Amino acid sequence: MKIGRMLAAASAAALLAATGASADNILKWGANRDIGSLDPYSYGDSFTINVLNHVYEGLVRYDRDLKIEPALATSWEIQPDGITWRFTLREGVKFHDGADFTAEDVVASLERVSHETSPLKGNLPAYVSSKVVDDRTVDVTLNGPYPLLLNDLTNIHIFDKGWLVANNAELPTDIGAGVEGFATYNANGTGPFSVVSRKPDAETVFAVNPAWWDEPEHNLDGFVLLPVNSPATRVAALLSGEISFTDNAPVQDLARLEAAPNVNVLEGVDLRTVMFGFPFRETLVNGQPNPFIKPEVRQALWKAIDLDAIHARVMRGKSRIAGAVVAPSIPGYAAELDELPGFDPEAAKAALAAAGVPEGLEFELNCLNDGLVNEEQVCQAVASMWSRIGLSPKLDIAPRAVQTPKRTGGTTDVYTLGWATLPMLDAYSPLLQIFHTKEGNAGVFNWGGWSFPELDALVQKAGQELDTEKRLAMETEALKIVKDQAIMIPIHQQPMAWAATDAVTEMPLFPDNKPRLWFARM
Amino acid sequence: MLAFLIKRTANAALVMLAVAFLAFLIFRFFGDPVEMMVNEQATQEQRDELRERLGLNDGFLTQYFRFVANAAQGDFGISYRNQQDVMTLIGERFPATLELVIVATILSLAVGVPLGVLTAIHRRSRLADALQIGSIVGVSLPSFVTGILLILAFSVTLGWLPAFGRGETVDIGWWSTGFLTESGRAALILPSIALSLFQITLVMRLVRAEMLETMRTDFVKFARARGVPAARIHWRHALRNCLMPVITLTGMQIGNLIAFALVTETVFQWPGMGLLFIQAVTFVDIPVMAAYLMLVSFIFVVLNTLVDVAYAFVDPRLRDDAVPAGGK
Repeated sequence: MKIGRMLAAASAAALLAATGASADNILKWGANRDIGSLDPYSYGDSFTINVLNHVYEGLVRYDRDLKIEPALATSWEIQPDGITWRFTLREGVKFHDGADFTAEDVVASLERVSHETSPLKGNLPAYVSSKVVDDRTVDVTLNGPYPLLLNDLTNIHIFDKGWLVANNAELPTDIGAGVEGFATYNANGTGPFSVVSRKPDAETVFAVNPAWWDEPEHNLDGFVLLPVNSPATRVAALLSGEISFTDNAPVQDLARLEAAPNVNVLEGVDLRTVMFGFPFRETLVNGQPNPFIKPEVRQALWKAIDLDAIHARVMRGKSRIAGAVVAPSIPGYAAELDELPGFDPEAAKAALAAAGVPEGLEFELNCLNDGLVNEEQVCQAVASMWSRIGLSPKLDIAPRAVQTPKRTGGTTDVYTLGWATLPMLDAYSPLLQIFHTKEGNAGVFNWGGWSFPELDALVQKAGQELDTEKRLAMETEALKIVKDQAIMIPIHQQPMAWAATDAVTEMPLFPDNKPRLWFARM
Repeated sequence: MLAFLIKRTANAALVMLAVAFLAFLIFRFFGDPVEMMVNEQATQEQRDELRERLGLNDGFLTQYFRFVANAAQGDFGISYRNQQDVMTLIGERFPATLELVIVATILSLAVGVPLGVLTAIHRRSRLADALQIGSIVGVSLPSFVTGILLILAFSVTLGWLPAFGRGETVDIGWWSTGFLTESGRAALILPSIALSLFQITLVMRLVRAEMLETMRTDFVKFARARGVPAARIHWRHALRNCLMPVITLTGMQIGNLIAFALVTETVFQWPGMGLLFIQAVTFVDIPVMAAYLMLVSFIFVVLNTLVDVAYAFVDPRLRDDAVPAGGK
């Protein structure tokens, strides 16, 4: 193991030395954080999964337009029983260590990710079991008819069974048991890049996989992931050319980066919709009766928010004002859901009075300072807008780790939430996880504790409807209930900004804010 | 001397137990690690189960005693975030922090002591005034500001030195050093300057004050009267008498440097213990936070002891006193 690591380090040095001598295309990716581990199943962290997707692949993947296309599986069909999916696997695929990709690997990987102790178990909610039919065919059995299996599978990385067994890593690492795992330090996938070496918090070196099964669209010889946590340092490193790309260009430095001669800024609107949620309990945290149970009160609060002002001032014109809880490109979205209520504080005030809300009603407004883009400022702006209609929101701003227990435990009132529908990229994701009544794996983010049986019925039906058109119609109908009831108030889709030096000639910007370097050119 | 050491060790153990106790007392205000560990799609049940498995539902006293019992056997657990053994994780980062701190300390002495002597013996000169004013700036600028300014000047504008990272390192056994490669040495320059700036001004001001004091003493006057060259009086006799507080300060400050290197490490993405700790705080990685605090308090205790011992070597009067005092 020690020797292995030293060899890896030596070859990394060799790779880097080689890149220094010739003009190889090594992309230096400066991220705002490091990956947690080389094991994608070790920590429920979408950045880690995103980076490791360059090494490991799923049965299906997203293309340039975020549409699902075949990857390690070439085709699939639902068996007559409606709950078993038969996948035909790609031939001639090899892992980085030369082992052949077979049906055994798929079963071992699905078992691993859905094991008891896997923090990613929830990523494959419908999975029951899988079995090898022959070398090139796998049957996956679900707990019922489920239309979104492919969406889930885009993020389920496939390991080599032989490698897992040989290194005693068939099970995900269990921190509770206090054991380290081989896959935490080593990686062996089928993807376009392989891991050469890793120094946590310093650098992780990836080399191109010459034996990749797909025709590469990129022209990289490798890339180096360089975490640079401090935003100012990241900007400086980009300006000095020490990194060639960052997927996290600080909003306050965009003007400076744009002015620099050798840097290009890539700006877009993220899929993440920022919204406010309300408590549906009898009383507020301070013991007062809870007026937010009434839909007219929630609607009044919506009308009281000057969305244009937030867009222009707080987000510097870079956000997209939203009326719906999902972004336009998400299946299930409908334009009529995106209509805005119209800013009208007078009407809002009158509506509050009519609903019997006492003047100066105090409630907690729970926000994060390490969550969404400019979240503190958004909350401050909204709090002052609500004060103007005679309410007294009490701002409670703290890091995610501190706020989440209050939110899940129901010890706060109004809260923020950003939802990008990842990794599913379908309106079913917020409908099931936020708007459905809290039960089982549904409504995990239903922190307000609401329950709309009509909505639940639609979501459940959609979750078993295999006809896409019918399913999306149901989802739209459910989203209409969300809108009419103003269960949550959407504010905007937040901006995202990447930046790259001139050396990078092509870097497609993805609205799910995930770099996919297998499309990059330099 | 033996009794002195035993007493010291017992003190150290007590201090560390107290630090761990306080640490566990405040950990619950850091938030819930489980919320940071699981995927968005995990159900409440899965979250509760993980919390139970990690023993986070136990009272803080139970958690504290479990930690102490394990730590006494050298087991600090597995990092929640990196899924690596905590001691290995800290061991990997320790060389980076220590090399940075050593260079910063040498720098602060090499620059601070001569500047202090110069400002003391030429205390009416323009240069001394300028240095005095400059040192106020050095003391009052926060190190992340100086760090960013250094990066802007030397990395972005001039392009001479790297803005972040540690460069290439060479492994000698478990120790990874940046001293042996060109990029490693280049990477050390900016962070060590940023880290030592405060230290330099501190040493300089201390040496100056002590020198002014010493220059008024009788033995300096006698030495002058005897015709000893001024340089010899200043740099040898007077300076030597000033070094006691400088040693104390430097020793104590090494602990501070290690503890506060985390700001410099964050600015320069220096892969040391401070950076590890900052990330552990963000992700509520309790095993890493606990082990780090233990280590830092251990370093403080050791340094305190070493400073006491060093006193004895520099000042013979203390040496004679120290043994009976310790043996009482």
